[in-house]
Amino acid sequence: MITAIIVLGVMALVFGLLLGFGAIKFKVEGDPVVNQIDAILPQTQCGQCTFPGCRPYAEAIANGEADINQCPPGGEQVILALADLLGRDPKPLNATHGTHSEKTVVEIDEEVCIGCTLCIQACPVDAILGAAKHMHTIIKSECTGCNLCIPPCPVDCIHIVPVEKNLQTWTWPYPDNAQQQSA
Amino acid sequence: MRNNNPPKLWRFHGGLTLPSHKTISMSATIAPAILPRYLVLPVQQHIGAAAIPTVSIGERVLKNQNIARADGLVSVPVHASSSGTVVAIELRAVAHPSGLSGLCIVIETDGKDETFPTSDASIPYPQQDPAQLRARIRDAGIVGLGGAGFPTFIKLSPGARAQIKTLILNGAECEPYITCDAMLMQEHPREILDGLLIMQHALQAQRCLIGIEDNKPAAIAALMNALTVTEKQFIEIIAVPTMYPAGGEKQLIRTLTGIEVPAQTLPASRGVICHNVATAFAIAQAILKQQPLTTRVVTVTGSAFTQPKNYWVRLGTPMQDLLAHAGVIHTGSLRLIMGGPMMGFTVMNTAAPVSKTTNCLLTQTTDKSQTKPVTLPCIRCGECARVCPAQLLPQQLYWHAHAKDFDKIQDFHLFDCIECGCCDYVCPSHIPLVQYYRFAKTEIWAKERETQKSDIARQRHEFHLSRIERKKLEDETRKRKKMELLNEVDAEEDQKKSAIEAALQRVQAKKAVQQLQPGSTENLSDTQQQLIQDIDQRRTLYTEHAPTSNKDTNP
Repeated sequence: MITAIIVLGVMALVFGLLLGFGAIKFKVEGDPVVNQIDAILPQTQCGQCTFPGCRPYAEAIANGEADINQCPPGGEQVILALADLLGRDPKPLNATHGTHSEKTVVEIDEEVCIGCTLCIQACPVDAILGAAKHMHTIIKSECTGCNLCIPPCPVDCIHIVPVEKNLQTWTWPYPDNAQQQSA
Repeated sequence: MRNNNPPKLWRFHGGLTLPSHKTISMSATIAPAILPRYLVLPVQQHIGAAAIPTVSIGERVLKNQNIARADGLVSVPVHASSSGTVVAIELRAVAHPSGLSGLCIVIETDGKDETFPTSDASIPYPQQDPAQLRARIRDAGIVGLGGAGFPTFIKLSPGARAQIKTLILNGAECEPYITCDAMLMQEHPREILDGLLIMQHALQAQRCLIGIEDNKPAAIAALMNALTVTEKQFIEIIAVPTMYPAGGEKQLIRTLTGIEVPAQTLPASRGVICHNVATAFAIAQAILKQQPLTTRVVTVTGSAFTQPKNYWVRLGTPMQDLLAHAGVIHTGSLRLIMGGPMMGFTVMNTAAPVSKTTNCLLTQTTDKSQTKPVTLPCIRCGECARVCPAQLLPQQLYWHAHAKDFDKIQDFHLFDCIECGCCDYVCPSHIPLVQYYRFAKTEIWAKERETQKSDIARQRHEFHLSRIERKKLEDETRKRKKMELLNEVDAEEDQKKSAIEAALQRVQAKKAVQQLQPGSTENLSDTQQQLIQDIDQRRTLYTEHAPTSNKDTNP
């Protein structure tokens, strides 16, 4: 009887220690959910979700402070991906935050620019080049199309332009559309 | 040798027997094509990074001159295909399914066809290092001429780990109508074999196989005759059954060697490398004659020609010039296809030039009575899976491409699809299956690019935030330092002030002492003393008479 208790007790102790050691030694560092949400968001940094950037929005979603349908640049795809990740029901984009449209970039009318640097300060990804009283220009390849530089411009010289498709970025059309066009 | 001991052949999965339509363009020899007035040379005629123009507008260039240099590892240069003046470096229509424009170097030819002086005949290739050979092949601008246009020199670098045992030369040319490789094999077998030997040297391969479809007996005979006795010991010319797509890389390797190249891996990992016969010809030209790739054989065929045949076409020749030369004027009712009927695409603008990957120009007179068959729903008959040479499930791929489910479609190995078009051909519902796969492939690539871009945007935003934070911190420290400095200055001034004050006090104290004995009356002359005394006397007199105030009377 006593032997059994001692043996079992010792075994329990040994296995307990083993498990405890294993839990520490082989601890799995899970990708925090905020990072996973942030990876899905389009990184436009436009603030249309009412948060100052994609990361704060991801944090708000993770904390349950924001809904998953507040990102107009991401559109349906981002909502579906977020719903899939968080196990929630997908819902249509909240129209109060804006509507989803094709990706655009902005362009500075260099004739009109007065070199006030206000747009440079507004750009969340440092994609505008220029100095005080010198012409500014947009680095188009880095522009996320957030349009945050447009309101501060005192001379309205920043315009939205669609992203041009070139041979590298062109995609085959969806066959049904092609047929409708030829029909 | 082949007759004595027929080699064992394997069978690849699926495939189709198609009407070949090849004889119509094989009755005449390869004819030289015209020298067009303008040569339009795209800087991207290959897979990889576009070449960078090295000439400027107005510059005179000679034939074979390098006019655009390779950019990066996976890239090859572009050479002028005749002498003339560079008149433009701009976006021009190029042969691409999108119909979009690409950067081109436009040369106005002068008809003299002057050649760029080549470096004097170098040492024979067997004495050259394989790496040197590869560099020369790259500098000659050679890419796979079978249609894909992958830089050849990369496929001649076996890498450190892989030992290439078998080098296969692909002369199968399985697609209907196309005969450029067959004609080249018939007319230039020796050069092709020379190219093969150079490749063998570069790869240090033990044996070489040349696979040719058995519907090209003339090509097989020509190559057999060109083989020398010693070459026969390691080069085998093998007739493979005519079956589309026998000329697919993995399909030909399977047929000739029985090796199944696994999904998502290159044949080199299995010790096999496969090159096109036209590529071998181009290599022979580059190494033995110092001629870069500036011309290629193009099959000009289809119902719109009275005499379809093959032409030696200078790269950069606008397709409309070539068509006009071949005896057809392009009209609205004509459909021009680059490549064959199975894998080719419609050329939107006939001003597009012939490039390194243009193997065939196929014309179809579009008849208005011929209407496109209506696409019907998939009935899951499985015909497509039966013919798929890549052993995929086309109906499943279609299902997910239709639903735009790009994760699921990759579970069905979309990227192993070679877009041969067999499934399309047999589909009883006339579903444009290949177009669905191409759509899905390009969409997945676009998504990958988006993800990369958003990663960059995230980094830039994070940097932006840290930069603002840093600036704030810097401003604060600067402010604090300035305040400290100001305080220090104050303290110094306080010291100074107290010193001044002390000095002033000392002076005042001195003054107070001096005031007891007015110093202004010292050292006066006698007359002045006299005057003062007089005044004092008068004052006493005055004060005696008016004793009300005596303050004003102080000296």
